[in-house]
Amino acid sequence: MSTTLTQLRAEDLHHEVLRPRSWKLPIALTVFTLVSLAGFCFTTPAGATSRVAIATGNSWLGTLIWSLPSQSALVVLTVIMAALAGAGWWASLRRVTRVGIVKIGSWTSVVFGICFVSAFLVWAVAGRGSVLQFTSLLSGALFLSVPLVFGAMAGTVCEHVGVINVSIEGQLLAGAFMAAVVGSLSRNPWIGLLTAPLAGAVIGALLALFAVRYWVDHIIVGVVLNVLVTGLTSYLFSTVLTHNTAVFSSTVRLPTWKIPLLSQIPVIGPVLFVQNVLVYVMYVVVILLQVLLFRSRWGLRLRACGEHPRAADTLGVKVNRTRVLNTILGGAIAGLGGAYFTIAHGLAFGKQMTAGRGYIALAAMILGGWKPKGALVAALLFGFADNLQNALGVVGVQVPSQFMLMAPYLVTIFAVAGLVGKVRAPAMEGKPYKG
Amino acid sequence: MRLELRQVTKKFGDFVANDAIDLIVEPGQIHALLGENGAGKSTLMNVLYGLYAADDGQILIDGAEVTFSGPGDAMAAGIGMVHQHFMLIPVFTVAENVVLGAEPIGPFGMISIRRARALVTEISARFGFDVDPDAPVEDLPVGVQQRVEIIKALSRSAKVLILDEPTAVLTPQETDELMDIMRQLRASGTSIVFITHKLREVQEVADTITVIRHGKVVGSASPQTSQADLASMMVGRQVDLTVEKTASTPGPVVVEVAGLTLVGPDGRLLLDDICFSVSAGEILAVAGVQGNGQTELAETLIGLRRPTSGSILLHHSDAAGRPVTEDLAGKSVSAILEASVGFIPEDRGKDGMIAGFSIAENLVLDQVASKPFSRRGTLDVAAIAANAADKVTQYDVRAASPSSTVATLSGGNQQKVVVARELSRDLALLIACQPTRGLDIGSIEFIHSRILNQRAAGTAVVLVSTELSEVTALADRIAVMYRGHLVGIAPHDTARHVLGLMMAGVPYDEAMSPDQSGEPGDPGQGGPQ
Repeated sequence: MSTTLTQLRAEDLHHEVLRPRSWKLPIALTVFTLVSLAGFCFTTPAGATSRVAIATGNSWLGTLIWSLPSQSALVVLTVIMAALAGAGWWASLRRVTRVGIVKIGSWTSVVFGICFVSAFLVWAVAGRGSVLQFTSLLSGALFLSVPLVFGAMAGTVCEHVGVINVSIEGQLLAGAFMAAVVGSLSRNPWIGLLTAPLAGAVIGALLALFAVRYWVDHIIVGVVLNVLVTGLTSYLFSTVLTHNTAVFSSTVRLPTWKIPLLSQIPVIGPVLFVQNVLVYVMYVVVILLQVLLFRSRWGLRLRACGEHPRAADTLGVKVNRTRVLNTILGGAIAGLGGAYFTIAHGLAFGKQMTAGRGYIALAAMILGGWKPKGALVAALLFGFADNLQNALGVVGVQVPSQFMLMAPYLVTIFAVAGLVGKVRAPAMEGKPYKG
Repeated sequence: MRLELRQVTKKFGDFVANDAIDLIVEPGQIHALLGENGAGKSTLMNVLYGLYAADDGQILIDGAEVTFSGPGDAMAAGIGMVHQHFMLIPVFTVAENVVLGAEPIGPFGMISIRRARALVTEISARFGFDVDPDAPVEDLPVGVQQRVEIIKALSRSAKVLILDEPTAVLTPQETDELMDIMRQLRASGTSIVFITHKLREVQEVADTITVIRHGKVVGSASPQTSQADLASMMVGRQVDLTVEKTASTPGPVVVEVAGLTLVGPDGRLLLDDICFSVSAGEILAVAGVQGNGQTELAETLIGLRRPTSGSILLHHSDAAGRPVTEDLAGKSVSAILEASVGFIPEDRGKDGMIAGFSIAENLVLDQVASKPFSRRGTLDVAAIAANAADKVTQYDVRAASPSSTVATLSGGNQQKVVVARELSRDLALLIACQPTRGLDIGSIEFIHSRILNQRAAGTAVVLVSTELSEVTALADRIAVMYRGHLVGIAPHDTARHVLGLMMAGVPYDEAMSPDQSGEPGDPGQGGPQ
């Protein structure tokens, strides 16, 4: 019966449609290849070596330190980069988007990015006595990405249900405050960790109240809430916290756990499995969300509310209730991430200590294509870029800090240039459902 | 299941959308709900489906009163609905859409995709649908999406299925197939409430007809009732269903479109090498299922989109009356309007008027910068008001005053304002897109007669319409579009099923050949299996 619908004879009518060429990727790759050539290859003295510790004493491999001839290594890496840039030009010119299962856009930029960063590191430690600790570079990156990951997860949940959560910043800050104060009062970091989500949830509830119940523009409410939390915590900080430091601002710290066996896997072991407790919590949250959002009843209904709320309503899903509950949940996730700033480090609360990480988390969510695993990767990229300056500082490299602050944005350029695929926001995010 | 509505009333503020409506749907019956746009059919069904709460009245199922606080309750009671605008989530797969709200749960509390898939396959097989449960809905043609909606309703064991204007988005062949599906459903004991304003479909498939006008039931009829009688019940007066049209006397060619190609920003081919010409005093209708490039064609002709290649030659006379030929391709909208082209956009609310402006202002939107409506950069309010008073009488715009905003007008009166503005200049070419969409029959008649007047006055008219009845009523020739491609140009008396095949991409010669021109009611491959 359906033959007339499916056999629409499209093949008879359609000429081949030419995709417009996109030159973003090859141009970006070429520019960075030239940077590598001029900035790294030519400025490294001949005969210098770069020493990188790949594994440390504890692993199954024992200690492993590579001594690379800097200049040769840089030449090899630059040649690979040039080849990838060439492949990019070829692919754009011939309108090739994939070879076999390999998507040109994403894979070339990922491999290129790794090469470029490696070249930068080899150059930075060339001819120095100290050794670059590769594992601590990565595990530091993971740790620094924690608030970004939690924030991005909060954003992902909220946006999929149809609410734009700009108040991640405020939720992180509220979580940081709550974790520190409760942790200090109870002298127990675990109680602090448990209460941090409550603070985030309260901000989430306020967002839901105004955005879902009163149809106020989501972005405006979000920004207002950020200002509110900043003001409130700063006020409490300067009145209550500073006057009674012993009670409110004594520091507690979540422990760092070393998972037996797993932590001894070379390279990734110490990165993934010698971490602060909050990092393990993060693993669980990301995996749960990735599975539940796309495979569970909760996730299906939640996404239905963000894509086509009216359709969800006609199927008996209570749209606004779903939106409110999950916006609160999102706030709680961000609040949990706020604990990173205080009790994960063993620090007391400080004014505006989240320093805009909530907004970077939003960027990570978008870069990750509104998917938990994508947002995780994006947040890790930001975390890595952030950590570079710490790692290099330890080695004693003098890179201007302004340049290092640019690193996350350079990373973004790569990622966006490679992001040629279709990434789409939930269709009805930010639009009130009026029943 | 026997469904009964008693004295159902629904008000929106002062407006009574449904006024004490009684309706009985017997089991295993196709019950047509016939009425004009805005008569209150959809409102009534949304009340029945639990989306709106009735202000008064009762709903009874098998004699027992029920109250629905939401669609969930209605579904549980065995009522399913296929909405006019599909309630499908584009990024979900067919299976996910079907089970949403009633998900089968497998191991670890996850949705059992296997069982969801099996459900879709089972129901598809029962009705001979060929639907891939794993296909994302956004990739499916509308006809298939509609089947997904039907599967969704049946998967919740609907005993009464409401179909709200289901044929609006279908080709004639797909419409015929849908009617077969409706008969199959009836045979299996499902009753159907079929909402429509198309008389032909009602006569073909309905068992009982209830006619609604201005929110009230005005009577019921049998399918044997003539179209003229049904129409007069629907409108409340005698309606002349055939448009008075004289034989066409085309003059010289006014517009020649050659090789018109438009590539969208995403690289999709929106218009593919379109060639046609229209003569003075001729109506060329552009038919096709919504979304096959008609909108893009009209927008390219009027200059809202810049064609990738091709030409649009317009032969007209300049201000001094000398004949000139201009290529409109790539010209600005204002230059094209200047070249005496008029444009009635398909979405009057969005593109045809400024809702917050007064009727008088909307009537001069395109001429507000020139004499006589402005002088030395200042609006001549008196001239604008005089023009408005004149046009409001001439076009029978029913409004409190010409200075009230167009937002306060009914759809028909809004469209009259748009048409009055566009026809107030001497036109060489008129591009009219969906000029009567969503209007009542009175307004439709009025606008049709105005378009025919233009034809008589020697204007070349390009009429873009997805309503086949409008196309056949007005056209001198019919161009059919499919996926951005002009399938062919057919004479105005081409049979409905031939046009239907062309709308599915079959070229004219092939559509006319004997093996394709079977009986209109039989799609050939159709029938219960």
